[in-house]
Amino acid sequence: MAETIQLEVTRYSPEHDAAPTFQRFEVPYRKDWVVLDALNYIKDKLDGSLSYRWSCRMGICGSCGMMVNGEPKLTCATFLSFYAPDAVRVEPLRYFPVVRDLVVEMTDFMVKLQKVKPWIIRKEEKSIADGEYLQTPQQLDVYKQFSMCINCMLCYAACPVYGLDPLFTGPAAIALAQRYNIDSRDQGAKERMDILSQHEGIWACTFVGECTEVCPKHVDPAGAIQQYKLTAAKEWFKSLLMPWGAK
Amino acid sequence: MSDRFETHQHDVLIVGGGGAGLRAAIAVCEANPKLSVAVISKVYPMRSHTVSAEGGAAGVIKPGDSLDEHAYDTISGGDWLCDQDAVEAFVKEAPEELLRLEHWGCPWSREPDGHIAVRAFGGMKKMRTWFAADKTGFHMLHTLFQTSLKYDTVIRYDEWFVTKLLVDDGRVQGAVAIELMSGKIQAITANAIILCTGGCGRVFPFTTNANIKNGDGMALAYRAGAPLKDMEFVQYHPTGLPFTGILITEAARSEGGYMLNKDGYRYLQDYNLGKPQPKPVLRSMELGPRDRLSQAFVMEMEKGRTIKGPYGDVVHLDLRHLGEKLISTKLPFVRELCLKYQNIDPIKELIPVRPVVHYMMGGVHTDINGATPLPGLYAAGEVACVSINGANRLGSNSLPELLVFGARVGRAAAEFASKHTTPSAAILAQAMDESRRLRKQLLEKTGGGERIATIRDEMQKAIENGAGIYRTGTSLVETVTKLRELQQRYRNTVLDDRGLTFNTELIAAMELGFMLDAAEAIVQCALHRTESRGAHQRTDFPKRDDEKFLAHSLVYRNADGSSRVEYLPVKITRWPPGERVYGEPSQTKDAQAGR
Repeated sequence: MAETIQLEVTRYSPEHDAAPTFQRFEVPYRKDWVVLDALNYIKDKLDGSLSYRWSCRMGICGSCGMMVNGEPKLTCATFLSFYAPDAVRVEPLRYFPVVRDLVVEMTDFMVKLQKVKPWIIRKEEKSIADGEYLQTPQQLDVYKQFSMCINCMLCYAACPVYGLDPLFTGPAAIALAQRYNIDSRDQGAKERMDILSQHEGIWACTFVGECTEVCPKHVDPAGAIQQYKLTAAKEWFKSLLMPWGAK
Repeated sequence: MSDRFETHQHDVLIVGGGGAGLRAAIAVCEANPKLSVAVISKVYPMRSHTVSAEGGAAGVIKPGDSLDEHAYDTISGGDWLCDQDAVEAFVKEAPEELLRLEHWGCPWSREPDGHIAVRAFGGMKKMRTWFAADKTGFHMLHTLFQTSLKYDTVIRYDEWFVTKLLVDDGRVQGAVAIELMSGKIQAITANAIILCTGGCGRVFPFTTNANIKNGDGMALAYRAGAPLKDMEFVQYHPTGLPFTGILITEAARSEGGYMLNKDGYRYLQDYNLGKPQPKPVLRSMELGPRDRLSQAFVMEMEKGRTIKGPYGDVVHLDLRHLGEKLISTKLPFVRELCLKYQNIDPIKELIPVRPVVHYMMGGVHTDINGATPLPGLYAAGEVACVSINGANRLGSNSLPELLVFGARVGRAAAEFASKHTTPSAAILAQAMDESRRLRKQLLEKTGGGERIATIRDEMQKAIENGAGIYRTGTSLVETVTKLRELQQRYRNTVLDDRGLTFNTELIAAMELGFMLDAAEAIVQCALHRTESRGAHQRTDFPKRDDEKFLAHSLVYRNADGSSRVEYLPVKITRWPPGERVYGEPSQTKDAQAGR
């Protein structure tokens, strides 16, 4: 008999269950299997009713974030061998409402993302015929890291502030706002500041730094939030010194 | 689930929220801001498979390059099966579209002076591939998605799954869809529908394609009566990681990577692809086209010169001589993927790779504006076949294709939608029938006992055996028979999941149905094309036959579910069919002949 490993998986159906429970599955243990492979094995062979999201299984689409043994992880990039021979516990991402089994509701993030205006804002648009906006590799490096966010929601599941205050804009959305603020082509920082300088914007963050720890793409949302706080504080000072409005 | 369901009404409905779908949505808004545009997608748009594209997007921008050269590379790369009017429009509009994306914030990699940087790519005679490190598709998709958020008239139906197109009075007027979150089946009517659902790589067992690539749009169109075109042309990318099928981008070779056999020998020199040089040479060796490289792998394997691995034979991709600095700046994702999924560091070690199903050249038959023969129905991106890719797509042409034809299809659908009125009552009756069908055939069905995964595995095995890199009449006929059996057994599928909330098994069952149709189309087209061209290689008909087959295959679905294949001549404008030459300078003469 080949080696196996135990998976403890959250089961919850709003149609049938009052509260989530765990179900134990025994799946083959293979060294090159990730947690997602084990879930797919369950769905294909053992119980087709297990619900979870996944797509690219190469760590770029951001669909398959779940709690693995209590930590937010992309299940396509989390190997069973890290946990074997112990059982692996798989739960839906923390701090989000659960829709079904391992599927969480992420509409909240989609609303927040749109609110921070994650697009290039310019006073005047350059025409296509005039070619590209010049941007040196150094200028690109300034914001590049923040543009790597795959919206996987691991940072929200790691953020105790979001856990306490769901109104908090949260790490990924702030990092993406900052990504545009510091893009040399953008002129929309002031517009975004109006949204983010509210309490639920950046100020709620107590700089726990967990978001940066769990980010699978090294986006460093905590760094983005700190940068932003600094800018916001400066702007606030400026507005005191120059009440007629600087810039 | 009751028969009474909600209906939603829009002017233009876009199915699919990847690169083509989002570009189309923005194009509709810009063409006519009064139109109501809906984007329906079975996943959140930023999960779409555009996200996985790595290497880059071709568009002529540098001095010393020309639109004609891009056109010639594309047409010869496609073994003369491309429609040349479409290619000419494509190469002209590609740079404009890529610039537009630059203006929208795409973090393109740059020259030291701030201009757009370009890299070499397979089958391209000039450096013209724009890139955002090696996450080009990811950055393009997120730029498009984030930009689309500023258009208030775009209504999104995220995580809704389209099950059927509604056709009445000879035109498409709506779709039936399931909202995953609630399980509600609803009708969405529209004056024009644009399919942007991507390809169907998941029909095959070993693919770079994401789990969502099931040929949904192809099957929806096919069932609604629109023909599919050139479905026999399936692209195998020469460098996938074994087991996972994760793509190692062609950019790894354009930056100078070598392909080595078990003896450490650059075996491509034995397959009419030029002589090895230490530095990459355009249109030569490792920078040859994907079809030829994948075919060379099979021949190398038959000679016993590949390396045996736990997941089949492999060859090696060698990046070690490129050095840490180049790999970290230009190929960071390649390194990340190798480290994370293969436990290999390409700075120090050889990467095991093998050909892997990557892209469908074929798709829903459209004209140069993305219109299908079925009025009101449009398609763009991988789901469509315009055709600019012919018998073999060149790497870095698919990303600009999304933009160019996404924009074109958006404008065309906006115009059509402005001229047509609201849907007929018959549409709603059809929608009701579809809702009953879903319930009876899937959700409430008992008996049977077939599992989705079993049928899917058998389908994948059958199509790989019959319609892989090399095909024969015999292997194809066997696959046709097997697929017919699987279609029968598919009707006996039973679900473990009878719930309404986020029932992913129900979705998987419908995706399997779509894939079986796509597989049928691939195999039928491959069986009827008794020649070898580009990615379609018949060992029983090894020569290209321009007399008979300088033509697109069009496969239609008959009323009884069987199919028929017809042919449509290729549009030639300035480049008469010639020989595909790689590894030699002589092909520039052919390019000039086109001028």
